[in-house]
Amino acid sequence: MTVPVVLFYLFAALAVVSALGMVLNVRNTVASAMSLVVTMIALAGIYLLLEAYLVAVVQIMVYAGAIVVLFLFVVMLLNLRHDTFAPGRQWLLKAGALLLSVVVLSELLRLFAGGLPATQPEVPPGFGGYHVVGIALYTDYVLLVEMASLLLLAAIVGALILAKRRID
Amino acid sequence: MLPLEHVIGLSAILFVIGMIGVATRRNLIVVLMSIELMLNAVNLAFVGFNRLWPGTAAAPALDGQVFVLMVITVAAAEVAVGLGIVISLFRNRDSVDLEEASLLKW
Repeated sequence: MTVPVVLFYLFAALAVVSALGMVLNVRNTVASAMSLVVTMIALAGIYLLLEAYLVAVVQIMVYAGAIVVLFLFVVMLLNLRHDTFAPGRQWLLKAGALLLSVVVLSELLRLFAGGLPATQPEVPPGFGGYHVVGIALYTDYVLLVEMASLLLLAAIVGALILAKRRID
Repeated sequence: MLPLEHVIGLSAILFVIGMIGVATRRNLIVVLMSIELMLNAVNLAFVGFNRLWPGTAAAPALDGQVFVLMVITVAAAEVAVGLGIVISLFRNRDSVDLEEASLLKW
């Protein structure tokens, strides 16, 4: 095994463990958000190994730097230390979720098992860097970029209206 | 050269973990975080498949990576609006329990 493959398995194990830590941690919401940061950073490492350099940087900036901070901000603003609500029909829910996850996981793995080409082609020069991705974004996908800007504007206005105490 | 089957397998595993979180947790903030995890799993599949079909030197094919950037944009917008809803729910009900938000439930 070469170094990138070893690094990939390391990052993959880190991502799975921290994702499980986020979902299964019922005591502390802040710790859940911190586990999410670890998952995002591990995924950014895997993006680097897959030659998606710009995507890896954007992943760290937007997810670990902005989105999770927003989560932490809301958790601390609302002063939620842990889940205080009484457990309801929890075992039925958990059994259903387990069954659903086993079915979906086996189906997804069966779908991709052995169906991929064994060898990967060489990447073109500059693949995944800001230059090549930027040219693709502003020529072929320029309409998508404009739509993204409109979507962000709508999200800003919507979040302001939703979180405002009184609208006048 | 990474084993692409295992990259896609990791993506499926992360997606299912996020799905378990959405299905079992009652804390609305953790449910939103699990949705983020599912979006990230799909992003990983996009990047992996893009590595498998990278195009040529004359015409590099970056469709997967451009899509990932768009998914990140949508996730940021979704989190902003979702956390606005969380704050407004907390203001009205004094809780972020999903079972409390049952006004529209049949």
